[in-house]
Amino acid sequence: MQSTEDLKKIASQVRRDIIRMVALAKSGHPGGSMSSTDFMTALYFRVMDQDPSTWTRKGSGQDAFILSAGHLTPMYYSILSRAGYFPTSELASFRKFGTRLQGHPSVRKGLPGVFQAAGSLGQGLSVAVGMALGKKAAKDNHSVYVLCGDGETEEGQIWEAALFAAHHKVDNLVAMTDVNGQQIDGTTESVAGLGDLEAKWQAFGWETISADGHDMDKILEAFAKAGDLKGKGKPVMILFKTEMGHGVDFMAGTHKWHGSVPNDEQCGVALGQLQETLGDF
Amino acid sequence: MKKYTDRGKKDTRSGFGEGLLQAGKADPKVVALTADLKGSLKMDAFAAEFPDRYYECGIAEANMIGTASGMALTGLVPFAGSFAEFVTGRVYDQIRMEVCYGKTNVKIASSHAGITLGEDGATHQTMEDIALMRVLPDMVVINPCDWTQTKNATIAAAKYNGPVYLRFGRPKVADFMPDEPFEIGKAYVLNEGKDVTIIATGHMVWEALKAAETLETEGICAEVIDIATIKPLDKATVIASAIKTGAIVVAEEHNMAGGLGELIAGVLASTSPKPIEFVNGKDTFGQSGTPSELLAAYGIDANGIADAVRRVIERK
Repeated sequence: MQSTEDLKKIASQVRRDIIRMVALAKSGHPGGSMSSTDFMTALYFRVMDQDPSTWTRKGSGQDAFILSAGHLTPMYYSILSRAGYFPTSELASFRKFGTRLQGHPSVRKGLPGVFQAAGSLGQGLSVAVGMALGKKAAKDNHSVYVLCGDGETEEGQIWEAALFAAHHKVDNLVAMTDVNGQQIDGTTESVAGLGDLEAKWQAFGWETISADGHDMDKILEAFAKAGDLKGKGKPVMILFKTEMGHGVDFMAGTHKWHGSVPNDEQCGVALGQLQETLGDF
Repeated sequence: MKKYTDRGKKDTRSGFGEGLLQAGKADPKVVALTADLKGSLKMDAFAAEFPDRYYECGIAEANMIGTASGMALTGLVPFAGSFAEFVTGRVYDQIRMEVCYGKTNVKIASSHAGITLGEDGATHQTMEDIALMRVLPDMVVINPCDWTQTKNATIAAAKYNGPVYLRFGRPKVADFMPDEPFEIGKAYVLNEGKDVTIIATGHMVWEALKAAETLETEGICAEVIDIATIKPLDKATVIASAIKTGAIVVAEEHNMAGGLGELIAGVLASTSPKPIEFVNGKDTFGQSGTPSELLAAYGIDANGIADAVRRVIERK
């Protein structure tokens, strides 16, 4: 099992991968990728029962993860490759013509680890709910995890899925919201007045857990709580409070890095702040 | 001409309900979802027989499509159903990304298609759904013509691995097709003729047969083809018939834009162009009325088909 220190090291490498991938591609979304890096690292390297060597798109006999916020591919692909789903060298092909690492997740190029397409926002929660019901029907006692951005939860379909999952007692489902408070046009408060997300999810009949999404101990604690709630009749939402662009000072806490690419000089500064722990791709 | 007997008026949606029940009995992976329209979609029998495999989604079609795609990932065979407008236009993006681009084995069960939905009016009548579904890569589009063919098409859709749009309707219409396994992608030649080819889909197939009987009394021998699968289209049968008769009429309960008529015209234009006439909606919305009133008002019925045949033969 990976220690907390190990997880921090992996997360540092994932952030380096994110910066280098978007720099090489000259496009991509570093901000949300970096805000979700820590808890997603914990999920893949400590929490989920998953095995790249036996993975299939059917997901049977394993926990499954669905990325709903499809633009977080730099983080997603880095973690999948670091977890052994495909060679890390392939990260250099991100967003390039012919790549399996499409700008947003695709199942059409056969990239291991990817269950479903994402990119048009607000849909992955429904997919995860369906997978979780499929696991129940198959008597597969594994869980389904799904990641949404906080801005993404402005989509109406999210709340359709919220109502449905609670009504059907989908209690093998753990949803996560990356609450970085930022979206393309500004803060989530200034754009849409998201308000009290925890109260909203509770009102929809979900168990909620709030945690600091950059404190590895708190992250593991939150996942442990979610694990305890499995099979208790309610879906679980973990609200991870995070900072967009976390890990690089000039990128942190602003919507400006949602989908912007650092230039060569900025890239050098950013990489200087992120320790290379597992070897760059 | 070949004689077809109406065994009694039945709605095609009930054919779907019967097909779903039979598919469910044959394959435990078949599940059904609906957005508060279980009765309208005739899913009652399936829900009663397999309560654990029936999922009420409430009035939330977008989530229904996404949930169905997630179920399909795990190996289930979901039929997600509502009125045609609400499982196409309302959820086009969900079907595009989660079902077609995502290549999931989801069956879109689309009832009350076209103006024969009737009294509810244009908000519930869609004349655009075939267009929306047929432009999606990898989507199979099936529009069967009667109770028996809808039942068999439903069974075939359950066995087929991939996205299917299955379109059927509300009113009770003639039930006349032989009870035989449905072949996806096959055009059914119901009557062989030499003067004109009437290509019809859905409710218009029976109307085409009625028109052909009328035309026979005028000395016109019409070939009648049932295009139950709009995509993939059986081009070979269409082209061969066009070459044989030299004149085409296409009839559908759908608007011109993106419908079967444009599809056939495109195929023939690039292979063997022939005079062609269309029986369909012309960039229009529907309105309240009974199904037969509406079909007559929009000219989408046996009379409209016979008139179109007379016009197209003049152009030969």
